[in-house]
Amino acid sequence: MLGPFDYALWIVGFLVEIGVVVCVFYRRDLLRYLPLTIYMLCAAFVNCGQYFYVQHFGFTSQQYFYYYYYTESLLTILLFWTIIQFYQQMFREMNVTRYIRGAAVLLLLSTALFSYVVVHENRSHLTTHFVVELGQNLHFVGMVLTYLLWGAILKLRETRTRLIQMVLALGVYFSATACTYALRNLFPVLQPAVLRWVPPIMGVWLPIAWAYTFAKVSEDSRLATARLVARAR
Amino acid sequence: MAAALICVISVAVFLQFFVSYCRSVLAVSRKVELSDRVREVSGIANRSVGAEDFSRLVQLVRLCPEQGDDETEIRAVGAYYGLLRIIKYFSTFLIPGFGPWTERERRSCSHFAAVALDRRISYSRDLFTQQVADRT
Repeated sequence: MLGPFDYALWIVGFLVEIGVVVCVFYRRDLLRYLPLTIYMLCAAFVNCGQYFYVQHFGFTSQQYFYYYYYTESLLTILLFWTIIQFYQQMFREMNVTRYIRGAAVLLLLSTALFSYVVVHENRSHLTTHFVVELGQNLHFVGMVLTYLLWGAILKLRETRTRLIQMVLALGVYFSATACTYALRNLFPVLQPAVLRWVPPIMGVWLPIAWAYTFAKVSEDSRLATARLVARAR
Repeated sequence: MAAALICVISVAVFLQFFVSYCRSVLAVSRKVELSDRVREVSGIANRSVGAEDFSRLVQLVRLCPEQGDDETEIRAVGAYYGLLRIIKYFSTFLIPGFGPWTERERRSCSHFAAVALDRRISYSRDLFTQQVADRT
């Protein structure tokens, strides 16, 4: 059964996702952050859909279960598009947009092919284990992509505070979610008591962190990345 | 095996991202000079903000009316401060080189809390001025 905390997370998540979209429109940054805006809108719609499924079929129903995991996977693929757009922003001055697009298309096709192969091999038993495995792999790929982007930011000494904070927030989201999925695979017994809270909290974390960045950090704000790398002297 | 590997890598990457994110939030507040008013209120008029002042400053922040937009940052930095305390505790025995670094970072957290307190005091004064103006 869902408690007040679940509903609170749901409502806060939905409102902040809409808030990010409003911030993007208000700051007239729609073209610059188009994939991010589409992701936030889709996430808000998925939230509404989840509410509908819980009300009609129940929280423990198979329908809600598959709706949750498959929409989660689709949203993760949408989030890949956002990462690719961050890569484009990062390498804009190096005129490599063409190659990034090519690599992005290749990555999406490989992900689709990999998913197809996995689904094809598991079609006789599309079980709980499979959707968790798929979620874990997608989030892990997202984490690796974000980590590579963070490496490029450090290497090229990128100073745009907004881009830095958005990439870091994304990294926190992907790594925490990938870790949760992996732990769930390893210790399914932890799921009902502990792990079930992490994806919704992270689902709220990402829009809150992005909303904060849009609201508080201007596009012109600059930050030295050397300050962010933790080094003990 | 794959899940265990993903789990270990994810934890390491998560810590790195989380620390960097908190440092990016702290870096913005590091540039802000504290007002005399907040120094007086928090009892740090004649010295710089110390690493141990964080909890007291956050308690003072909680006494002020909420501004509504800084709660998440305060929580994130509070979690970071907690993580630093744990690192400090273990580094005393295991890696003494981390000691000065955790001290610097904890001081930055305290400075961040002082800046948040300064903002909230200004906000409270604005509210008070507005109420007085409405009454007259």
